Amino acid sequence: MGDISLIHYLMVAAILFTFGAVGIFLNRKNVIIILMCIELMLLAVNINLAAFSSFHGHITGQIFAMFILTVAAAEAAIGLAILVVYFRNRGSIAVEDINMMKG
Amino acid sequence: MMDLLNLQPATAEIFLALASLGLVLVSAFVAPQEKASKLVRRLTLISFAIAIFLTIYNGSTPAYAFNGQFFTSSFMVYMKVIILLGAMGILLMAKRELKQDQIDRPELPLLMLLSVVGMMLMVSANDIIVLYMGLELQSLPLYVIAAIRRESLRSSEAGLKYFLLGALSSGLLLYGASLLYGFTGHTSYDGIKIALENDVSPGAVIGMVFLISGLAFKISAAPFHMWTPDVYEGSPSIVTAFFAVVPKLAAMTLFLRFTYGVLADASDSWQQIVMIIAVLSMLIGAGGAIMQTDIKRLMAYSSIAHMGYALVGVAAASDLGIGAVMLYMTIYVISSIGVFAIILSLKQEGRPLTRIEDLAGFSKTHPVYALAMMVLMFSMAGIPPMGGFFGKWYVFSAAIASGHVALAIIGVLASVIGAFYYIRIIKVMYVDDQVISIDNHIPRSNTMIALGAAVLMAVFLFGLGVLREQITAAVPFVVFVAG
Repeated sequence: MGDISLIHYLMVAAILFTFGAVGIFLNRKNVIIILMCIELMLLAVNINLAAFSSFHGHITGQIFAMFILTVAAAEAAIGLAILVVYFRNRGSIAVEDINMMKG
Repeated sequence: MMDLLNLQPATAEIFLALASLGLVLVSAFVAPQEKASKLVRRLTLISFAIAIFLTIYNGSTPAYAFNGQFFTSSFMVYMKVIILLGAMGILLMAKRELKQDQIDRPELPLLMLLSVVGMMLMVSANDIIVLYMGLELQSLPLYVIAAIRRESLRSSEAGLKYFLLGALSSGLLLYGASLLYGFTGHTSYDGIKIALENDVSPGAVIGMVFLISGLAFKISAAPFHMWTPDVYEGSPSIVTAFFAVVPKLAAMTLFLRFTYGVLADASDSWQQIVMIIAVLSMLIGAGGAIMQTDIKRLMAYSSIAHMGYALVGVAAASDLGIGAVMLYMTIYVISSIGVFAIILSLKQEGRPLTRIEDLAGFSKTHPVYALAMMVLMFSMAGIPPMGGFFGKWYVFSAAIASGHVALAIIGVLASVIGAFYYIRIIKVMYVDDQVISIDNHIPRSNTMIALGAAVLMAVFLFGLGVLREQITAAVPFVVFVAG
């Protein structure tokens, strides 16, 4: 059994981040899933930061991760609020229905 | 040795943050909503004016605050003053818009204020953590004000699209920041810069690419521009004006500081990327605008193209290029605020007009405004002797001085294509017959801003020397005190 080293953490984070990013573009169903994908990307970043922080032996990365967690909560709150407003006007949150303006 | 906990350089930011808290209270306790809205709008204007004073008063001597996480110098003072002036200009025009768009609530000026605090933090950040916090403090209020017309489907769709793509770009930026931190061992700009002087590892380069992509989203440079036309079209016009002017400037400043300042020693790695982004933005901005019928969508593509031209100066990666970008952004802010002052004046019985055909016959009904619009359009197209010409001139000559001749040639070709749609607007105004009657009443603030911007652009040549002097003095302070 090999030890779990920095590179393993980075691999996990990279895979999670890719899942998140790909999920945003492949998902054709629901905006909530996009929000979950964004959350997944931010958590991958946090894994990265925690791993680097312990690798370097100082806590800067962990402090950064705390800030990201806080901001992610605020971001999710605002995102859901906008989604509710949108749902009231459109009556749907399907991704293909967000097409009033073509761009 | 400097005093690291000295808070004096950040007085303006601290003041604005406290003012925003105070104004939340004002908006909660002043009884009728119209009265609260009026009061908050005025107080926000006053706060911006005080912040400009504080920014200038605290001086342009380079100084750190908050333990080196916050840095200010003449470069930051210059940018912050333009950001604050731009925000003040937009807010001055907001009075009638707020009433007619049924968004007469205190939230709009308040969110603008919060967003401006975020922008000032972005400009002055000297640490990736502060950069991220400033960026989010700027972005989160912007998502909300895009969707501020709650009952409008278009506005809420604009807000939703802006939020989803903005959050994605924050994710990219953060992933890049985490890699950059991991491979250099520092979050402070100074630390990263020193670490990269010794060795640029592949991990740091990947981080750099992610970070630049995230920032390109924020300045709406191609290929990360998809949100711009929809958000510009869907948001209420006053919000569009704010989007077009102020956040672009803050994000471009951040871009400058990060590429030219922090990553200076790794410039081989990012110059290529910035060049590709610049070329794509110029071409997509120029090409996409040709087919547009909505003037707000046209301005969106125009802003994408302008960001491309500014990035040509960044790609030059020289002091000359940075000075050119600062000049370019100054001109961009003045001329787009003028154009939006005119767009905001186009109403039919209080209903906003945004189609380009609606401008037909504008020269007969409103000759002075049509003349101002013509000057501004010529300036945006880059026709001498208007201001826009000098912006493009310095940017392209900086690119040539750094040996990127092909980049400058593509830029000139793109601005020829771009001139087509600017001149089309002039043609519609002066040649076509009137189809729709535009309201005669135009608020005094709109008149002043539109005419002021047009006059500034027309006589720009005379102010050029003074402005260049200011900018040349500021350029060496993009990152930290030399020596």
